[in-house]
Amino acid sequence: MTTRPLVELAKTIRSKNAGVDQITFDVIFRDRESYELVKKSGALTPETVARLYGIPRERLTAFVEFDPALAIKFTIRRERPSGSPGERDVFGAQQYAPLFDLPIPVAG
Amino acid sequence: MVDRLTILSPTGHLGFTPIERGSFEIGVSHRPDLIVADSGSCDIGPQPLGADEHCSPEEWQRHDLELMLRAARELGVPMIVGSASDTGTDRGVNQYADIIRDLTRRLGLAPFRLAMIYSEVRRDEVARRLAAGVRVEGLDGRPDLTPDVLARTDRLVAVMGVAPLIRALDEGAEVIVTGRSSDSCIFAAPAIRAGFPEGAAYYLGKVLECASFAAEPFMGKESVLGTVTADAVTVTAMHPGQRCTVASVASHAMYERANPFFEHVAGGVLDMSRCRYEQIDERTARVTGFEFRRDAVYCIKLEGAGKIGERAVSIAGIRDPYTIKHVDAVMAWARSKVEERWGPSGARYQLYYHVYGRDGVMGPWEPVHTLAHELCIVVESVAPRFEDAEVICALGTRNLFYARLPEVKGTAGTAALMMDEVLRGKPGYEWTVNHVLPLADPLELCTVKLEVVGG
Repeated sequence: MTTRPLVELAKTIRSKNAGVDQITFDVIFRDRESYELVKKSGALTPETVARLYGIPRERLTAFVEFDPALAIKFTIRRERPSGSPGERDVFGAQQYAPLFDLPIPVAG
Repeated sequence: MVDRLTILSPTGHLGFTPIERGSFEIGVSHRPDLIVADSGSCDIGPQPLGADEHCSPEEWQRHDLELMLRAARELGVPMIVGSASDTGTDRGVNQYADIIRDLTRRLGLAPFRLAMIYSEVRRDEVARRLAAGVRVEGLDGRPDLTPDVLARTDRLVAVMGVAPLIRALDEGAEVIVTGRSSDSCIFAAPAIRAGFPEGAAYYLGKVLECASFAAEPFMGKESVLGTVTADAVTVTAMHPGQRCTVASVASHAMYERANPFFEHVAGGVLDMSRCRYEQIDERTARVTGFEFRRDAVYCIKLEGAGKIGERAVSIAGIRDPYTIKHVDAVMAWARSKVEERWGPSGARYQLYYHVYGRDGVMGPWEPVHTLAHELCIVVESVAPRFEDAEVICALGTRNLFYARLPEVKGTAGTAALMMDEVLRGKPGYEWTVNHVLPLADPLELCTVKLEVVGG
């Protein structure tokens, strides 16, 4: 089976605060084919995200396929509220990078 | 009833960076029925709310308020600014009201009615309700509010819904400055008051709250124009280089939200799960199919922040590959020297090592475990007194320099100190309250004050 990294298939991969306790991740595609390909691949699921980030499945508070925006989106609860002493990313804006290399099985 | 209402939204956070004038003026030329902008955010962290400070420079706040005020008074339409001065505390409302009075005098504007809506909540008020057995439910997985957590909170605001804004408009307000408010409600309130269905009104607010973030390509601080009719909302980009497309508007529905289908506000939830998006001209998208459901019990969100302590920061670098490989042992040594004098971290102090080049950005979420050829360690300490935080930070940094590693070649120092100095950070605060409080009356935590300004 051939694979391609998610970064080659998605138009946008981003993370940002969703309130003070959660960080939400958006993977947005340019066209319906890429979106459907990733959606059906089984490579981007709550389980693969939990494994990639080394977190228990319960920390993932939402995982949504959002057809109108050709987007797959999930949300992780922070260890501490944003901006607390010891926190690393006040806006939650740089937590998405590990998604780039996620291998997506493609035909051929 | 009018059959359409048009609102100009020039910025998603008034004052944070100045509004772009060009697209704003194009928007004004469309003669909107109102000009509305939000000025607050939780993204800035808990310190501004806890310390009751603003994080936007007053010069930019004045710049944005002046643009909006001039245009609104020239058009003779209402202007609404929500979550005044980053946090929406009473201080923020008063500061913006003062700026508006001053601008009115300076610009020689004709008299108008200014409304100030306050929503800061005294800690005693919440304590009283807790003591009476009211459940203050935690959001996003937090436990319910306890007296202990409330006692650690320095300042609280209630995130108001549409009710106090509708009251102010009913009383003839032409310029409204509010305390903390749901971003979408400051747009929804005039639409609901004009008789539009709640679903359409809240969706209008949802799509306009971040201004040009609902358009593409990505640009901040550019104006967008939204129009509500009985069953649809349309949104148009005002910057000549931007377009509101099906993709940009739909993807904005999920921006900064855990769930793109539901938006909770004081009093109910906007359901966007059956929304239909269409492109009606090159720069305009049209949305239908939203629905608003009122909650059985009216609840309002509370935000609160409490001080942890004074904060000190210093910076060290490591280049020796052997030391880099043993960086955990280096930090353990430095931490042990702090503990020797101060005991284990806890109530007396907190000490954190941020290791850039390893996992400084992601911490335990980091899946990559290769080490860079050099590391930057940011040492952060927090203690009740700054003098203590400073000493702890210095001890925790200098001992990175004196780390004892069995086979280290560089026996003159195991770290590069960017400067042998500890920096004073703003105090460390924490979001202590992210909860919802049930209310008997949507107006009960808000105060509306009106005055005539100008002339």
